[in-house]
Amino acid sequence: MSADQFFQYLMSGLTQGSIYALIGLGFTIIYAVTQIINFAQGEFVMLGGMLSYVLAVEAGLPMPLALIIAIVVAAVVGAAMYLLAIRTARRASVISLIIITIGAAIFIRGIAGNRFGVDTVSPPAFTGSGSIKFLGAYIEPQALWIIGITFLVTILLYLFLSHTMVGKALRACAVNPGAASLVGINTKAMALIAFIIAGAIGGIGGIVIAPMAMASYNMGVMLGLKGFVAAAVGGFMSPITTVIGGIVLGIVENLAIGLDWGPFTSAYKDVIALVALLLILLIRSGKLAAAERAG
Amino acid sequence: MRKYLKLSLFVLMAVALVSTFAIGCGGGTDEEKEAYKIGALFSTTGSQSNLGVPEENTVEMLVEKINDAGGINGHPLEVIIYNDETDSTKCATLANTLIEQDEVLAIMGSTGTGNTMAILDTVTSAEIPLVSCAAGLSIISPVAERYWIFKTPQTDKQVVTEIYVYLQELGITKVAIITSTSGFGQGGKTYLESEAAAYGITLVDNQTFGSEDTSMISQLTHIKGTDAEAVVCWETDKGSAVVAKDMQTLQFEIPLFCSHGIANQAFIDAAGDAANGVIFPAGKLLVVDEVPASDLQKNVLTTYRDEYLAAYPGESVSTFGGHAYDALYMIVEALEDMDEGLSLTDSRSAIRDNLEQITNFIGISGIFTMSPTDHLGMQPGSLALIEIVDGTWTVAQ
Repeated sequence: MSADQFFQYLMSGLTQGSIYALIGLGFTIIYAVTQIINFAQGEFVMLGGMLSYVLAVEAGLPMPLALIIAIVVAAVVGAAMYLLAIRTARRASVISLIIITIGAAIFIRGIAGNRFGVDTVSPPAFTGSGSIKFLGAYIEPQALWIIGITFLVTILLYLFLSHTMVGKALRACAVNPGAASLVGINTKAMALIAFIIAGAIGGIGGIVIAPMAMASYNMGVMLGLKGFVAAAVGGFMSPITTVIGGIVLGIVENLAIGLDWGPFTSAYKDVIALVALLLILLIRSGKLAAAERAG
Repeated sequence: MRKYLKLSLFVLMAVALVSTFAIGCGGGTDEEKEAYKIGALFSTTGSQSNLGVPEENTVEMLVEKINDAGGINGHPLEVIIYNDETDSTKCATLANTLIEQDEVLAIMGSTGTGNTMAILDTVTSAEIPLVSCAAGLSIISPVAERYWIFKTPQTDKQVVTEIYVYLQELGITKVAIITSTSGFGQGGKTYLESEAAAYGITLVDNQTFGSEDTSMISQLTHIKGTDAEAVVCWETDKGSAVVAKDMQTLQFEIPLFCSHGIANQAFIDAAGDAANGVIFPAGKLLVVDEVPASDLQKNVLTTYRDEYLAAYPGESVSTFGGHAYDALYMIVEALEDMDEGLSLTDSRSAIRDNLEQITNFIGISGIFTMSPTDHLGMQPGSLALIEIVDGTWTVAQ
């Protein structure tokens, strides 16, 4: 592998990883506050991607306006999903609530397929469509947008959680929901806020990914899965660990293609990524068990 | 309370009795012949929806046309279409529904090779003829085990051969292949690998990707590191479009050849600029205006295109709808030659026998002559080599 190729694999891993991270962030924030793994997260991404195309290309709205509306709609769908599906079943166990999110995902996907059609669409890139050369690697400008926006969203989310009253309340719910409600934090409102943020982040993910990876009504399934893996690698803990998890996953996947270890060609890239996930989970659960024994 | 229950039960039974009676009467007095029921499995949602939707549209349009013209020997034609969502488990369940519940005479579909393979055992053990709209040669081969199975699209092997012959003419010997892990992609991969040597071609790289993957940059980077003179990609429109776009990003200077899986407008729409220069073999439908008038298929192709565009304004024709056209009309031809008053089992085997005897059937994908050893029967000269220029199809020079 030449140096140029190495940088190409690295850049493409970083781009893919940022996509996974951005989706993983949505999983992490909902899980932290409600203990629910929201399997409709990929659908928020799909809504962002499809709406950016429908509004900007089909309806002819100016690009920035279309993007903002797409994000807002995804956030509203997040809120609606919490209010209509999760809150009404609040007495159900966490497992039941997770199954409800799977139902919500199928519902959203079905409506989208019906409203937007089943074709794959390709919204225009934010800036220019040619590729630029950087450290011997060719990069689409859109890839830089993806990496930059992931970075920005992570920083903003971090600042929000650690420096604002609402953010601190969210974290309190994550640490101990019982104690949080005892000191006067409205845990239900916090859960709603978590779903809105997850919806908005998903929408942002969708609008930045779509120009590069294209959008279709069923894109959420695979992306949701990869985002889930990113969040799991990061231990569903904080935005920072999730982003690291996503980027590690992306880079491992792409370097696996370049390494050419004997029979391990690109056919094995998903296998290599999933084995990495299993190892991390095994190590983590070992550590957790040890901590429990010690505590 | 009990009383109401009894009363409502009574009313319910009375209604049921009356309606059964009414249906019985209706059947008795009706002079019309019983409808011929055919089943169809298409992937109208999921990753192959761009293939399944034109198939469904085509069948709905043709059924109306056939029935308006008086049906088949006076029998109206009824096609029960189910959507298998590009999911092979779902497809297998629906095949059972068609056979057991709907009691159809024959089945068309499914859209993809993977889904078709999933129902071969079901239809074979139920002894019902199946005409698949999918490409894989393994669907009809080995023919001894595929007694009940027919198909209409060109096989992956025929298309691979067409590409390799062209590459040989261009003097290209070093080729990199990039295929999807789907049933279609793997079928293509098998023949790209096995046929290469016969045409003096060396495969210098062999990459794969998942059909839902969003980037093939890394696989293509690997290919760029080799001395390949051309890239051959095997996948349907979506994945192939990502390959075309990513090759543009990486500023490849060698040509991209694709399979007949991209023979639709969706590929051009999705790949945009990157679609230009892509070359692929496909049925003549896409370049029908360039087909000479002496061609036996010219008339069938033009009629189908004009009728499709009139029935579905704003859409475009694709060869996939053509596969469904061929499948449906072959079954119709088999039904026309079938004797009246056969039992369900006898009808099914009569249709199978008639399908095997189809001779010089002029369809959209080609001209077909079936035989006990060839359940596709496509005659040579059915493929055209098509190049995308300025976002439209033209015959490659």
